[in-house]
Order: sequence, then structure tokens, then C-alpha cells
Amino acid sequence: MIQASHLTKQFGALTAISDVSFDVGRGEIVGFLGPNGAGKSTTMRILAGVFPPTSGRAVVAGYDVVTDSLRARGVVGYAPERVALYLDMTVREYLIYVADMKAVAPSRRSAGVDAALASAGVAHMAGRLIGTLSKGYRQRVGIAQAMVGDPHVLILDEPTAGLDPEQVAEVRRLIRRLRGERTVILSTHILSEVEATCDRVIIINRGRVLAVDAPRNLNQRLRHTSQIHLEVRAAADAVAGRLRAIPGVLAVEAAGDAAEGGAAFIVTTEKDSDLRADLAAAISAAQWPLLELRPVSLSLEAIFLSLVTEAAADTPNEIPGRLPA
Amino acid sequence: MKFLVVCRRELRSYFSSYIAYILLAIFLLLSGYFFYSDLIFFVLFGGYVLPTGLWQYVFLDMRLCTLLVLPLLTMRLFAEEKKLGTIELLWTYPVRDGEVVLGKFLAAWIFFIIMLLATVINPLLFYHFYHFDFGPLLAAYLGIFLLGTAFIACGLFISSLTENQVVSAMATYGILVFFWFLTWNEEVAEQRIIQVLLHLSLFDHFYNFSRGVIDTQDVAFFTLFVFFFLFLTFESLGVRKWRGIR
Repeated sequence: MIQASHLTKQFGALTAISDVSFDVGRGEIVGFLGPNGAGKSTTMRILAGVFPPTSGRAVVAGYDVVTDSLRARGVVGYAPERVALYLDMTVREYLIYVADMKAVAPSRRSAGVDAALASAGVAHMAGRLIGTLSKGYRQRVGIAQAMVGDPHVLILDEPTAGLDPEQVAEVRRLIRRLRGERTVILSTHILSEVEATCDRVIIINRGRVLAVDAPRNLNQRLRHTSQIHLEVRAAADAVAGRLRAIPGVLAVEAAGDAAEGGAAFIVTTEKDSDLRADLAAAISAAQWPLLELRPVSLSLEAIFLSLVTEAAADTPNEIPGRLPA
Repeated sequence: MKFLVVCRRELRSYFSSYIAYILLAIFLLLSGYFFYSDLIFFVLFGGYVLPTGLWQYVFLDMRLCTLLVLPLLTMRLFAEEKKLGTIELLWTYPVRDGEVVLGKFLAAWIFFIIMLLATVINPLLFYHFYHFDFGPLLAAYLGIFLLGTAFIACGLFISSLTENQVVSAMATYGILVFFWFLTWNEEVAEQRIIQVLLHLSLFDHFYNFSRGVIDTQDVAFFTLFVFFFLFLTFESLGVRKWRGIR
């Protein structure tokens, strides 16, 4: 559905993205993951037709975004990171305007607007002036305008930024509902968001694609050991000694955030071995009150660090641009 | 026909804020007052020839009202969308840059036509008391219509260059006033250059209209002026393609 090959965008001396290539299949939900300034928005803007790439080619639903820009824009719905709307219109008036701009047939316009209102969860705000809406609702109106006209491809730049937790969950549900019927590209800098919604993730840093893979595989590939966070109400030295004796435990380090009278540890174990049951058994055998026991997932920072180190260790042309999904 | 969608949104934006009404009110107030005082002058000092005795003064004054009001009307057209960031979404819709330019131009143009039509009440009232020949009056209206259209095209272009509405209005004033004063002091340059400048002066081309004379040269000048600035606007929108937005 989307083929991006060797996209490069330069703004004067600044190179925003460099040699970005990826494919997205029909009905797939793909997440762009990267820190601020990595080039996520630039890539999405090129796909949405805001500006062309300096070099490289992007094809959306068979239409080249440069040479066939109007038709490409016709099949793409885009919600920018900083959703800016006309504040002097009501939500419904605005979406009708968007439908007209996207040349939705007058006979289907009203139904299309209603559907977009409903799926973005703003139907009850249809009559309100956009200027009086909270940021969360404006964000959702931004998603609604992207959905007007039933585009094949949705490009959502940080769709959950600035929303409260309940709204974040709602937007993620909305995106998951689209799986299979629409092709969705969304960007985020939150790892759990990608894990919760995306089939594949494209990790981008400093304008370059570092990896393209399913979130689960990525986690597996980058993790060389597993870690467990553990908190026990007992003397720290005794606990650490007991834990180190368990087979499979590689290291036990004190973690600084223990409650009064307790001790907290990060237990490092071999990759792919879940020692949570063994740890719990050892602690209850010693009759220490167990306060907390949870696996530590790899943080975004850790993923980046390991990817950047991996990239530096490899020769440059072996940086994974297009790994099998 | 996307330019009509753009135009409709701009028009509703004008009329949903009080700014349009204030501009309209001030324009009508000033042009009404000038009409009144010029008429008094014409009657008291015993004018006989309506085109040069009354209409010329009325329309030279109306020219000032137009100069005052139109840059305030056009300053927001692109600058506001750039400031708010709404322009980014506009570029992602399947609409040509040319349609956007045309739609915004048309909206300001329609507003200006409404402004002009509202002033027709002054001569109509006068006609009620004194029957005159409509020809010279229509010529003068055509002149102010072309002049205002040129102002709008210029203002639209300036608005596409900045995201600051005050800068947009001030720069438009600067250019338009420059085109006015261009020929005020004929000593600034040698005769040959003055002859060229004279052809570029917006207000010199308006002068004939105000006396009831339609010269195709003047019509052609204004038409070229408008298309030139619309073309510049179109080109300036293309800047995002290599410079990006924001």
C-alpha cells in the first residue's frame, strides 16, 4: 500500500531524513518510533503530500506522491502532530468543509461526516465551536478529519500526544478497530503504544531507519538478558545472598527505590528464562514478606542505545533498512 | 471547483468575526462622509460639470478609504493560517495551490464588491433629487473596482509571505503607498525614468476613471497587475516544497 524508497529530505544544510526505505502492506498498522527530531514528522509529511522529498520516491496506493500528488492526497487521511483547526467553526461544519475539500459526493457527505464523528468519539460535540473544545477533543477532531472520505491510508502523527489516559486508551482502541480495513501509519515516542497497537514498528533516529520489525521480535532481538524487579521486607544482604544462589541468576543489584524497612533489587537472568516463580519460592521459603515482583521491560532508551551500538558495530550498509517482518 | 469551498470558508470566517463588520462600517462611514462633504462643496461653489466637479472628488476620496481598509481585509488570508498551523492540513487535501489562491482571492473580492455595492446608496439618493447621467459614475465605479482588485491581489501576495498579520498589513500599505507616491515628485529622477514610473503608478491609472474616462490602457494595466501578484502568490506557496513549513 505504501512504498517508500530511499527518501531523503534536506532543509537547506539540515538533513531531516536520509535514505529512508520501508514498505507497508494493505491493512497493516505500522508504528514510527523515535525520539523527537528523529524525522518521523518529516517522513509522514512527505507521505501526506505536504512537501516532496529532496530525493527518493514514495508511492501511496499506486500513486506517486510527487508526480501524482493530487490522487495520492485523495487516498490519504492525515492528522498532524500539532492539530490546528479553524476555531470559528463547529465540529460538524468543519468536517463538512473537509468532506468538500476531499470531494466527497454530496449524497454521501452527511453519512460520511457522521461516521467520522462517531469513530473518533466526538459525535456528542458535533455542534460545539472548535474554539471551545479541550485539547483532547481537538486532537480527536483532528483524527476525525483524517477519517472523512474513507481514505485507504491513515497517517497519524503522535495521535495520543496530549490526551489523558482514558482518551489514550480510546484512541488506541479506535486504531486497533481499523486493523485489516485501513492501512495506518502512526508515530509515537512511547514504546508501549507501539506494542499495544502496531503490527510492525519502524525505528528511526537522526533521520535514518535503524530497524523494521514486529515489536515482539525487536524486543527479543535486542535483549541479551532478562531483568526482574523485586522488593522484599528483609535485610538486604541476606536476601541478595539467597537470590544469587538460585540457578540461572546472573546478577543481583540493589535498586534504590525500596520502601521503609524493605530492600529492592534488580535481578538479571539469562535471556528467555522466566525465573519469577523460582524467586518467589525462594523468598517465601525464607518467610520474608514479598512486596513486589515484576519483569523489567526494555525501555525505549535501552532499545535505542542497543540499536545505535549495533549500527555502529556493523558496517554502514548493513544497517537493517528492510528486515523481514 | 475546490476554489469555491476555499472561498466559502474564507467568507464565513470574515462574517463570523466582528472584524468584517467593523471594516465595512468604517468604510461606509468614511465614504459616506466624503460623499456628503464633496457634495456640499460642489453645491456651495456652484459646480456645473458633474464628472469633474463631483465624481472625481468623491472617488479620489473613496480611493483613500479603499487603501485604508483593503490591506486589513487581506492581511489574514494566508498569515492567519500559517500562524495557526491550519495551512499544513490544507496542503494534505487533494486541492491545487492555484485553487487555494483563487478561493482566497475570490473571498476578499466578494467582500470588497459588497462594500462597493453598499456605497451605491449615496449617488442613488442624490439621483432622487437631481437626475444625472449614469455613464461617468459607472466608469468611476469600474475604476475603483479595478483599483481595489489590484490592492487585494497585492495584499494576498504579502499575506502569503508572513505569518504575522501586522507585518502583512504594514508591508501591503508600504507597497501600495509607494506605488502612489511614485510620481509625486518628478524631480527624483530624469524625465525618461519618470515616464516609466508614471506607467507603473496605480493612482495615475485610476485618475482617468475618476473623471469618467475608461481607457483600455488603464484596464489592461490593472488586469496585468492583478495577474502578476496572483502569480507571485502561487509561486510563494511553492516555497514550502524546499524550505518546509514552520
